[in-house]
Amino acid sequence: MAESKVITISSDLDIVAARMVARDTARALGFGAIDQARIATAISELARNIYLYAGEGSVTVKEATNGLRRGIEVVCEDRGPGIKDISLVMQDGYTSSKGMGMGLPGAKRLMDEFEINSKVGIGTKVTCRKWAR
Amino acid sequence: MEIIRIPILKIEDFLIASIQTALHDVQAMDFKDSLLQRIYETKAKGVILDLTAIDVLDSFVGRLINDISQMSNLMGAKVVITGLQPAVAITLVELGLELPQVLTALNLEKGIAALRRATELAVHGRV
Ligand SMILES: Nc1ncnc2c1ncn2[C@@H]1O[C@H](COP(=O)(O)OP(=O)(O)OP(=O)(O)O)[C@@H](O)[C@H]1O
Ligand SMILES: [Mg+2]
Repeated sequence: MAESKVITISSDLDIVAARMVARDTARALGFGAIDQARIATAISELARNIYLYAGEGSVTVKEATNGLRRGIEVVCEDRGPGIKDISLVMQDGYTSSKGMGMGLPGAKRLMDEFEINSKVGIGTKVTCRKWAR
Repeated sequence: MEIIRIPILKIEDFLIASIQTALHDVQAMDFKDSLLQRIYETKAKGVILDLTAIDVLDSFVGRLINDISQMSNLMGAKVVITGLQPAVAITLVELGLELPQVLTALNLEKGIAALRRATELAVHGRV
């Protein structure tokens, strides 16, 4: 389970593919049904953001370890327009499109660790992890 | 792209649609359009959307379901969602999605009972 899986996001079909890989990996790592749904939903939100705002990018899913803890790590990366004000987009309800503005804050709530790095004109990278209990 | 038709069955005044696979965004929007068209054609008074087979519901499909309910309401049909898995219900709430337009019931049978009550109330309300 050491190798990582990379899903290229360039159409709405890839969003479903990414969340299926995330769910299968989570199941293989021993996450229960509810955590599998949490992880798959978070990845669905992040992959859709890539598709909507950057057009294309990638989702990388792999096992995470931290001492004795085991979990899943997902990195969602694009070379899109980037995000100017990260604290703004992390607020519930903020959207620049006609979304509900729940994707990023919701994904953060569903995972245990969540980091965004973004530079305007360069791209966005979201790294998130969830630890098995 | 693979075209998935979601069968929409009619029983008495109600339509029943059971979503059996993960929907891509485009498929989900096509489904909304065909469901609304069927409501119009059949003059259905209620719709059951059975989500028993759905294991991930993200903000996109959540909002779509909310929209379907609101639009159906405008057309005189009540929508009841049935069969939401516990993991899906928990995730929806944690994600922060509220579906204010949506009525829910545990299963198909309870969904039909809820629709009967809702449509009878609407009839008596009007007299
Ligand atoms: N990968 C990205 N690149 C550039 N901007 C992004 C990216 N992801 C999110 N954003 C910006 O952050 C905002 C908030 O994102 P979030 O996913 O929380 O909400 P949304 O996509 O607008 O709506 P929802 O996800 O609820 O349908 C977006 O409207 C967009 O402006
Ligand atoms: Mg989003």
